[in-house]
Amino acid sequence: MEKPFAITLDPGSSLANHTGSWRTSRPVYLDRLPPCNKQCPAGEDIQGWLFHAESGDYESAWRHLTKDNPFPAIMGRVCYHTCEGACNRGQLDAPVGINSVEHFLGDEALKQGWKLTPPASESGKHVLVVGAGPSGMSAAYHLRRFGHSVTLYEAGPLLGGMMRFGIPKYRLPRDILEAEMQRVVDLGVTVKLNSKVDNILKTMEEGKFDAAFLAVGAHIGKRAMIPAGDAAKIIDAISLLRSMEGEDKPLLGRRVVVYGGGNTAIDVARTAKRMGAEPLIVYRRTRDKMPAHDFELEEALQEGIMVKWLSTIKQAHESSLTIEKMALDSKGFPQPTGEFETIEADSLVLALGQDVDLGLLEGVPGLKVTDGVVEVGPNMMTGYAGIFAGGDMVPAERNVTVGIGHGKQAARHIDGWLRGEQYLPPVQREVATFDKLNTWYYADAPKTVRPMLDIIRRQSTFDEVQGALDESNALFEARRCLSCGNCFECDNCYGVCPDNAVIKLGPGNRFQFNYDYCKGCGMCVAECPCGAIKMEAEEI
Amino acid sequence: MSFQPVHFYQTGTFTVGNRLLAQEERSVQANMERTNSLNSGHRACQGCGEALGARYAIDAAMKAASGRLIAANATGCLEVFSTPYPETSWQIPWIHSLFGNTAAVATGIAAAIKVKRHKGQMGDVRVVAQGGDGGTTDIGFGCLSGMFERNDDVLYICYDNGGYMNTGVQRSSATPPAARTATTMPVGPEPGNAFGQGKFVPAIAMAHEIPYVATATVADLRDLEYKVTKAMGMRGARYIHILVPCPLGWGAASEDTIKLARLAKETGIFPVFEAEGGELTSSLKIRRQQPVEEYLKLQKRYAHLFGKTPAVATIARLQAAADKNIRKYGLLDQEAN
Repeated sequence: MEKPFAITLDPGSSLANHTGSWRTSRPVYLDRLPPCNKQCPAGEDIQGWLFHAESGDYESAWRHLTKDNPFPAIMGRVCYHTCEGACNRGQLDAPVGINSVEHFLGDEALKQGWKLTPPASESGKHVLVVGAGPSGMSAAYHLRRFGHSVTLYEAGPLLGGMMRFGIPKYRLPRDILEAEMQRVVDLGVTVKLNSKVDNILKTMEEGKFDAAFLAVGAHIGKRAMIPAGDAAKIIDAISLLRSMEGEDKPLLGRRVVVYGGGNTAIDVARTAKRMGAEPLIVYRRTRDKMPAHDFELEEALQEGIMVKWLSTIKQAHESSLTIEKMALDSKGFPQPTGEFETIEADSLVLALGQDVDLGLLEGVPGLKVTDGVVEVGPNMMTGYAGIFAGGDMVPAERNVTVGIGHGKQAARHIDGWLRGEQYLPPVQREVATFDKLNTWYYADAPKTVRPMLDIIRRQSTFDEVQGALDESNALFEARRCLSCGNCFECDNCYGVCPDNAVIKLGPGNRFQFNYDYCKGCGMCVAECPCGAIKMEAEEI
Repeated sequence: MSFQPVHFYQTGTFTVGNRLLAQEERSVQANMERTNSLNSGHRACQGCGEALGARYAIDAAMKAASGRLIAANATGCLEVFSTPYPETSWQIPWIHSLFGNTAAVATGIAAAIKVKRHKGQMGDVRVVAQGGDGGTTDIGFGCLSGMFERNDDVLYICYDNGGYMNTGVQRSSATPPAARTATTMPVGPEPGNAFGQGKFVPAIAMAHEIPYVATATVADLRDLEYKVTKAMGMRGARYIHILVPCPLGWGAASEDTIKLARLAKETGIFPVFEAEGGELTSSLKIRRQQPVEEYLKLQKRYAHLFGKTPAVATIARLQAAADKNIRKYGLLDQEAN
């Protein structure tokens, strides 16, 4: 080729110059574990379903959510959402209202009639589930998804367990509960109501079950040794809450004293208030030592419920109680002071915790029972091969979400066990802590708070106290998610690379590094909002 | 407002892209089809702010001009690292000039295009001139002022990294006070570059009352693209001054380039604004104000301020200069205070 004066070479592209050879460390994409997901007792992929909700694709969000937990509408009302306590956004302004978005998705699914995904094929195995509470229903759902036949025995007349007999209507309306229970039954679960299992081995043998999951809950109210006159009316909290579900509402009188400091004590007091009584909670320690969640206490106080702190009940009479004042010692334990007083009371409700009825396990070899609950291994299996257990009857924190998590874990291990394998949980990813984020990039946005029912209706009716977000503010709330540790395709790495060494693969496909040209400056890592890239030393 | 206020979408317009935004609201850089005017394989240092700023600006200009653009480039880092004979990283028509005459070369190209269009020999092609702060504020300043004064139809973009970096970090008239360079060593009673010297060319450009003057940083992509696009929509002499941190000359970690640009804006050290016909029309507000130390201490060129006894008085003077910028250019949102 003829070249101009003083030109000896053809023009070339700088692409010939592989600047990747300068690099001493390389950026790599990774998915870190968001703190909300890590915290969730039911193992929900919260960041994952919020990602779909952010784009307004609520059905995908719901489907993603229900892979782990089939009860979002219930969760959105009764879950204690410890995820929000772990949320990184809490360090920025206020945590994402995960629970309120879940509430919205759950209600949206019921409104739209979305159905759970049935199993692709049947395994031919048959699993017995005992107890239709959160844990048992969760296990039934996950076992069905694995293709196993499930027969569910429930001692009571209705599905739901503690969700029905322990949680009052004003927190969980019964139509919501029933709809979410029915959706699981619709996957093909055989339900036997009013069928108490008295001998698990016998029932398993008769029904030719390959495995069993027990989740009978803790339904026996603990009694305290309180000397009481014949006429004193004493009832336990769980019996009271259960009788609320029947035709005959309990007669409590006007002055109802609730003894205990847990969430159940609060539920009972709020229930009594709604029945027209004047409840008083008596608790032996102080507010900061109370096991009940503070928001529940706060709601109760708003409704006009009184609490007598640092007090124990010494004696019950026909229309009064003798109370002894307590004082905290240096270790924070309440000690009697010898100071007594008398308060008027038409009835006394004991909310002192619950015990498990382990009658069905009598004669089963290999079991270990400690403190009234059944020991299980990390695979949720009891000491007897093939019998798994979860929920309130095993040693764990007792709440709905934990129970649902147990049901899922147990179902996975039962599935592995039935196939003669061992289910291996995935290796836990490193956590996307706050210091991994570059929060500059997130828009400032205050939390959207769900509406609360007005106080008069809260004091006199069983209407649901906490309202729901509507579509627009649920979307807003979902979009407050920082997507910690997981790429949400913000294009920052693609944009900020001075060497044009990030390849954008298109919507949904994320990005890829072009290591031929990446010089390893680390700018993509520093400017990634959500901490989904890290630098690794180059092997030299 | 130079900053597009958009409905709340998780990261709004802070990030380069946003999957939740409508296609037409997205940035040029988020586009898979962007020009990549300055392609891979260039020899800029790791984390080069100028390489980044140049791609941001020229890609936006290419989009605004529908790909019909010629760039004239002054001598400097940008020219040296992008075009070692016979390679080029430029994927646009690009012409190299001397250190001092880029504005004049661009003027000539614009004049030639005008004649050719007049004769019906070609359609519209736009002209951009670009250079570093040395080629703009020192060596090329005479030609630049002439281009402004004649109101030639050229967009001049200055990438300001505050010194002659590729020749070994010498002082330019854009080097900030107290900064160490090879020619302003941190010795004597007033270590580093002297106070009270240097010049701020955006203000001088405004004094020429040209149609459009703007400043930007590599930390605010959307603002930068908005300004380039707006400038390309106008005729006559236009000037955009972009702050581009230099890891080498500033003594900063390569991953901190954007962080430093952001801190320069958030502290008020570098005012981000736009002006039309010599009048200030808007400024990019400080979002999370920071003291100047946060900006200074990340850079080794200011290390002498943070010795055993911190140079409190010098830092206070730099803070005062930042505060003056905040007042002068209205960098704080009055409603928020």
